[in-house]
Amino acid sequence: MKVNGTYMELTKRMTVGGLLEEQGYNRLRVAVEKNGEIIPKAEYDSAFLSEADELEIVSFVGGG
Amino acid sequence: MGAEKGEMFARVPDKVYDRLQKSRVGIAGAGGLGSNIAVMLARTGISSLVLVDFDKVEESNLNRQQYTLDQIGLDKVEALATNLKKINPGITLTLSREKITEENCHILFKDCQIVCEALDAADQKAGLINGILTKCPGTKIISGSGMAGYGDANEIRTVKKMSRLYLCGDEKSDFEKVEGMLAPRVTLCAAHQANQVIRLLMEEA
Repeated sequence: MKVNGTYMELTKRMTVGGLLEEQGYNRLRVAVEKNGEIIPKAEYDSAFLSEADELEIVSFVGGG
Repeated sequence: MGAEKGEMFARVPDKVYDRLQKSRVGIAGAGGLGSNIAVMLARTGISSLVLVDFDKVEESNLNRQQYTLDQIGLDKVEALATNLKKINPGITLTLSREKITEENCHILFKDCQIVCEALDAADQKAGLINGILTKCPGTKIISGSGMAGYGDANEIRTVKKMSRLYLCGDEKSDFEKVEGMLAPRVTLCAAHQANQVIRLLMEEA
């Protein structure tokens, strides 16, 4: 699958939430789009990933 | 539709003025980013802004936000409305003092074609952005992310991240890690956001 434009091998059955944790993202500070569709936070732990998926994970930093 | 173009907008192209006079934009947060974005859009001839912030003006805001000493203690949205009307009396403003959340943002910014995210904390930014993208199918959001300190001004940029999400900032200068929220970089980031509002509106025209 592709994550932020870079190819990544999906080695095990994993959810969006699992990937965020493995990659060190704080799930309270991100937005995730899968194949062009935003994934609601409530679905992070039920949205399973497949080899054909393209993910965009955007992480926000504070200040405004 | 919209007000007749006055002398104030002599340097704003007709097509830009006409498009902005048909537009309603939301500004989530009236601090360093939001107050500056609002002033820039008011000067460009935006017809209508929705301003949402629950804070009051504090002395420590004056180093980068569009308020004055005599406005300390006032609700930010009230003070900003006063200042915007002084610049452009024709502007229509909708004010709210509610705390913006993932749950209420689609109500607060109903009918806005574009929302500018101008909040403080990263988790609040993420909440608003997720709320708008999941609950407002037609709305685009322009977020400010990474403008603390006095690092290279050229690192502040605008990037399209998702089909309806644009990010302005350097994506790294978190105010919890980089010391200082200073007028130049905050205003630069706000200018990126305001310019992206104009670009998106003109694309849709």
